[in-house]
Amino acid sequence: MAASANAIQLRRSNKIQKSTGEKVSQFFIYFFITLFALACVVPFILVLIVSFSEEKSITINGYSFFPDGWSTAAYELLFAPSSSVPRAYGITIFVTVVGTVVATLITFGAGYTLANKQCRYRNGLSLYFYITMVFSAGLVPWYMISQIIGCYNNIWALIVPSLLFSPFNMFLVRNFVRGIPDALNESARIDGAGEVRIAFTIYLPLCLPVLATIALFYAIGYWNNYFNSVMLINDQDNYSLQMLLFNIQSEITAMSRVAQGATRSNPPGESFKMAACVVTMGPIILLYPFLQKYFVKGMVVGAVKG
Amino acid sequence: MLPAALYTFVYCYCSLPYLAIAFEDYSYKTGIMSPFVGLKNFEYFFSSTWAWAVTRNTLVINVLFLVPGTIFAVLLAIVLNEVKAKKYLKVSQSTMLFPYFISWVIVSYMLQGILGTDTGLINNLIVSSGGERINFYSDASYWYPILLVLNLWKSTGYNSIVYLAAITGIDEGLYEAAYIDGATRFQRIRYITLPLLMPTVCIMTLMAVGRIFYGDFGMMYAIVRDNSSLMPIAEVIDTYVYRTFKNTGDPSLSMAIGLYQSIVGFILVFTSNWIVRRKFPDGALF
Repeated sequence: MAASANAIQLRRSNKIQKSTGEKVSQFFIYFFITLFALACVVPFILVLIVSFSEEKSITINGYSFFPDGWSTAAYELLFAPSSSVPRAYGITIFVTVVGTVVATLITFGAGYTLANKQCRYRNGLSLYFYITMVFSAGLVPWYMISQIIGCYNNIWALIVPSLLFSPFNMFLVRNFVRGIPDALNESARIDGAGEVRIAFTIYLPLCLPVLATIALFYAIGYWNNYFNSVMLINDQDNYSLQMLLFNIQSEITAMSRVAQGATRSNPPGESFKMAACVVTMGPIILLYPFLQKYFVKGMVVGAVKG
Repeated sequence: MLPAALYTFVYCYCSLPYLAIAFEDYSYKTGIMSPFVGLKNFEYFFSSTWAWAVTRNTLVINVLFLVPGTIFAVLLAIVLNEVKAKKYLKVSQSTMLFPYFISWVIVSYMLQGILGTDTGLINNLIVSSGGERINFYSDASYWYPILLVLNLWKSTGYNSIVYLAAITGIDEGLYEAAYIDGATRFQRIRYITLPLLMPTVCIMTLMAVGRIFYGDFGMMYAIVRDNSSLMPIAEVIDTYVYRTFKNTGDPSLSMAIGLYQSIVGFILVFTSNWIVRRKFPDGALF
């Protein structure tokens, strides 16, 4: 503590006697960072603006930060009764929530067991998982096994194959549990707690930081996944949100066919696309402050302890 | 414990018998017991022009991402470390991490908005300043830089976290001593930060080299899709396996390609992990 306090003081005193060279480099540092940070948000702002633009303005002027007119038509269409977006939204939320909870619990169980000195076969088991990280048989067996266990063209196809468990996350948990003193386990045992109780009432709360991180990994993985839909879903009713977005062109075509019959002469196409993007990103943007905090923390835990 | 082991068993160990398909003429009627044809599927693949093309693309794209990606991430971490304004640091770091959380599908639409021929931002600028529209989506020669920028944009913020954590772990005393000895900011970075950061850089790079035989399906398929004019540079092994599987409906051929990737990939991953474990005992995760 004292050392870092000193360091802070030293840095403060830096500020007073800064040379021109330091000032120039300071300027470039801030310039560089600001530039990159801006580059990271500006495309999102473009998407947002276009999603609220009038379709006519987009067809004439192209994508622009300063559209001629504003409109919410794209969003109205997105949530219209004929739209399949709400359904896909529901599917994706269900898949993400269920998948993340189950995956996190499974991963915790496995990671905890591997770190537990009571488990006699933990080295063998580590190897058992490790092999799967360096060798995978690839797409075709994955596809066939998914079909055999019934994860095909239904909601389980979006939850179970490849997303439900990752050995990498398990090793993160294992390394975290290893950092907790053994004495805790022993004293709990002496007090008469069973294995399951020790794992879930003593270790689980202690592991919350790392669990938050892996839950995040899983949740982002589920939310952004479209591969499972591409491979295993035929029926458009079972598409996840990302997959619907991926195929949005067909949705737009279907809608303009409907709109041709109605009075609307110019159905939103481009703005509709962008609105769908905004809606798909929505939860991530809303949860972002929370996400980011745990993510950085967990990454640091993983990197330093690993 | 049990669910994880069971899951791994089903998805990883049960898939091993399926490797046999690579050596068979698979038909859906006979399943895994289809007639044995030896190395025919491999011969077919390696005699096609795609074998070399997809291998080269996968390697080139990965190296393209890896080298500038690492340099940029390290640079960003060093620069971020020099920022003393806490609030500014926090805000800028959150912004830079944001693209990492966004799916490639969304990124692909953004890219269309920027590069699109008729409505794209860049083409509008070109036209309004009197130039001619460029059809980015039909000319493969633009795409190495485009893919590179996309990858930098999406993952630099994320990659720099690890490096920033490593820099933060460096003993503050070293910097104080250097400062008292009169070292400039640049000298402190050059002679303290960089050498002490090297082990982390080596570990991360080795890990990435191990994955060099695997393309990013999520990225490539979302951005390139079935655009055949971009395929000569952007078709990676992963997308090719998928396309073979979907288009020809021949699991044997695509299994053979997949097996080729798995074996070379396995050797690379295993070797790189082994080197990491030997050279940096603290750095290996396993």
